[in-house]
Amino acid sequence: MSENLTMAAIILGILHSGIRLATPYLFASIGETISQRAGVLNLGVEGIMLMGAFFGFYATMQTDNPWIGLLAALIVGAMMGLLMAIASITFQAQQGISGIGLFMFGAGVSSLLFKTMVGNVVSVNGFSELTFCVSDMLCLSEIPVLGDIFFSHSIVTYAAFALVPFAAWMLNETTWGLNVRSVGQNPEAVDSLGVSVTAVRYAAVMVGSALAGIAGASLSISLLGLFQENMTNGMGFIAVALVYFGSWKPRGVLLGALLFSTINALQLWVQVLDLNIPSDVAVMLPYLLTIIALALPFRRSMQPAALTKPFKRGEN
Amino acid sequence: MNDKNNLLPSGLPRIESLEMRGIVKKFPGVLASDHVDFDVKAGEIHALLGENGAGKSTLMKILYGLYQPEEGEILLNGEPISINSPTDSLNYGIGMIHQHFMLVDNLTVAENVALGLKSSRGLRLDLDVVSARILELTEKYGLNVDPNAVISKLAVGERQRVEIVKALYRGAALLVLDEPTAVLTPQEVDDLFVIFKQMVADGHALIFISHKLHEIFALTDRVTVLRDGKAIGTVQTSDIDKEGLAAMMVGREVVLTRERPPVTVSEVRLKLENVDAFNDDGQQILKNLSMEIRSGEIVGIAGISGNGQRPLAEVVAGLQKISSGRVLMDGNDVTGFAPLQMINAGLSYIPEERMHDGVIKDFSVEENAILQDNVNAPFSNGIFLNFKVISDHARRLIQDFNIKTPSRETPIKNLSGGNIQKLILARELARDPRVLIAAQPTRGVDIGATEYIHAQLLKGRVEGLATILISEDLDEVMAMSDRIIVLFHGQIMGIVNSDEITAAELGLMMAGEQSESAFIE
Repeated sequence: MSENLTMAAIILGILHSGIRLATPYLFASIGETISQRAGVLNLGVEGIMLMGAFFGFYATMQTDNPWIGLLAALIVGAMMGLLMAIASITFQAQQGISGIGLFMFGAGVSSLLFKTMVGNVVSVNGFSELTFCVSDMLCLSEIPVLGDIFFSHSIVTYAAFALVPFAAWMLNETTWGLNVRSVGQNPEAVDSLGVSVTAVRYAAVMVGSALAGIAGASLSISLLGLFQENMTNGMGFIAVALVYFGSWKPRGVLLGALLFSTINALQLWVQVLDLNIPSDVAVMLPYLLTIIALALPFRRSMQPAALTKPFKRGEN
Repeated sequence: MNDKNNLLPSGLPRIESLEMRGIVKKFPGVLASDHVDFDVKAGEIHALLGENGAGKSTLMKILYGLYQPEEGEILLNGEPISINSPTDSLNYGIGMIHQHFMLVDNLTVAENVALGLKSSRGLRLDLDVVSARILELTEKYGLNVDPNAVISKLAVGERQRVEIVKALYRGAALLVLDEPTAVLTPQEVDDLFVIFKQMVADGHALIFISHKLHEIFALTDRVTVLRDGKAIGTVQTSDIDKEGLAAMMVGREVVLTRERPPVTVSEVRLKLENVDAFNDDGQQILKNLSMEIRSGEIVGIAGISGNGQRPLAEVVAGLQKISSGRVLMDGNDVTGFAPLQMINAGLSYIPEERMHDGVIKDFSVEENAILQDNVNAPFSNGIFLNFKVISDHARRLIQDFNIKTPSRETPIKNLSGGNIQKLILARELARDPRVLIAAQPTRGVDIGATEYIHAQLLKGRVEGLATILISEDLDEVMAMSDRIIVLFHGQIMGIVNSDEITAAELGLMMAGEQSESAFIE
């Protein structure tokens, strides 16, 4: 009996963490989806997330207001995106290389600023977990099972999930989304109709990067409430892989993010419970899954045709 | 129908006249437009004719706002205007049908039309409104386009109509048509010309860019010839003949007809037996293909682009694996041979993408002249290259094939398309092959070089070479080939003697109609 209870608690824990951990992946990979749909592969997500995580954390620490932290992360993310856009769109640099440069820049600068401006690990009061109390007596978070899984997350996590249908609507139902999709597929066509390819791509990269900045802040001021050097630990790169996994569609990305974060949660529990599986194998699981998913050939046909290709008028 | 107020069927005003005066446009090292005058009026089709690089596209890109001229002015209905971007030209009612489709393949017709336009609902797309207007336009102009169809599912002829709808939707009164027939079947070209003629009758002004002489005569009222960036002259189409226009284009008399002297066809050099092949996506690209090419004959492969011509060439060149069937050269089974083995068996290959597969762009003329042969004597002793032999070889090819190049050391990318193609041809023929595959040997090549390349192919034929000529230019296939094989979806639609068939009959086969009487061995 008690074994069953433990088991139920573990499963509950995994599902709760799965949803929670999906937060940074969702922000970052939805942002990357927008950027890639416009034809720009931004490999710098990891660096942008670190910058967002630090500035979100620092602004929160200074003002004691996590909303200001979130805004700071958004602005820093957009500025990082501006760097990426200048290099890869205006100067037509190889997107993969400029993205890696951006990652190293973000990782280095966030570490440096942390060391000089903060120094040691301190925690801040970030976004707290909501309880959805209708009255003093009734809180949705108190509902058995469902409350744990669905009604005990911070506002940032709910925003991450709300972003999915919103991004899908933006891409598919608005004039800007049509521009983004077209620019990633056939920029010559867009140019021939008098729409600036450069402007559309700049906007897409900056919006995508702002979301990556928020993804970083969601770690430092919502999930953990602290900053550490290199705290994203590869999440930014996984987020890029999730875009491929999700076939460049927000809904597909959502599925990938959930699968990934759940397996990640599972992996954490395997370590905690000291099961008979070497923890290294458990840690490998999510990455193994990524490789398998990316190797599936049918996904590649969904790739935006002009992805990674700089646009220059008059060159076919 | 709107004669009273000079409105077009789309409800927009006509462009009575458009004039370009003294246009000068310089690119580094080239004078692309040299004081060019050009004009077009409502109700006429004015052709712009010239070789590649003569400055047709430059002039039209200036009109469309993609380039800014250094000198000159543009007058619309007599008033000077300035066009700084495609948006400006669209606002003035100037539309353009580009040489390559400017369509986003994975979007619908309506989405492609709506692209770049303001929506009546602000941020949200108004595709239903756009679709309704498309249907209205297609009905008035007889265009037959489904607004909800996805572009990638449409045939090329339909895509061309989508381009026209796009221009009309934006209020085009003047349309620039940049080689709009390049990828169409003869039937589709006929249908398109009917539409163009109707548009002109309704009061539109059309500028038709082409280097196909028969299209100029079939469609246009006036023709302006450009050469080396200069306007050579403007004539009424009815006042001139093909030879006259060709001479204006090239600057000298050219021979347009091809003499194929009778030769005795002898042994079978290349044979394909029931060849099937699949691409990487698992789609069948060649279906049960069987053919024989004999010494002393040129066999033309006709078909619309993408119907198996390239896989066929690549199968023979050893670049494409086959799933079943056999390939024989001189009676020997060469199925599954690698490219080098095919070359050693006596095959020469002029690839379709000459800048990509035919030469190494940054290598010199001399180095490109020995590609594939660089490991063999006399160019190499197995370890070191023999530069003296290589130089002599290049010098001889340049001389024999009349290749215009500043020097043997010039990077090949600096040569014109025609001269690059001549070098590839020279290299491939110098190997003294038994079978030659020439894929699109004159595409994008000027008339002068085309004349020369054809003469060389015909010379090879007299000397007993077995040649496969793959071309999308039906005139070329018909003039050069002894027999013609028509491909459709990777299948042979018919094998016919070129003297016994008309372009219209070939066109039907190219569109997938199998003719039983057409199988002549």
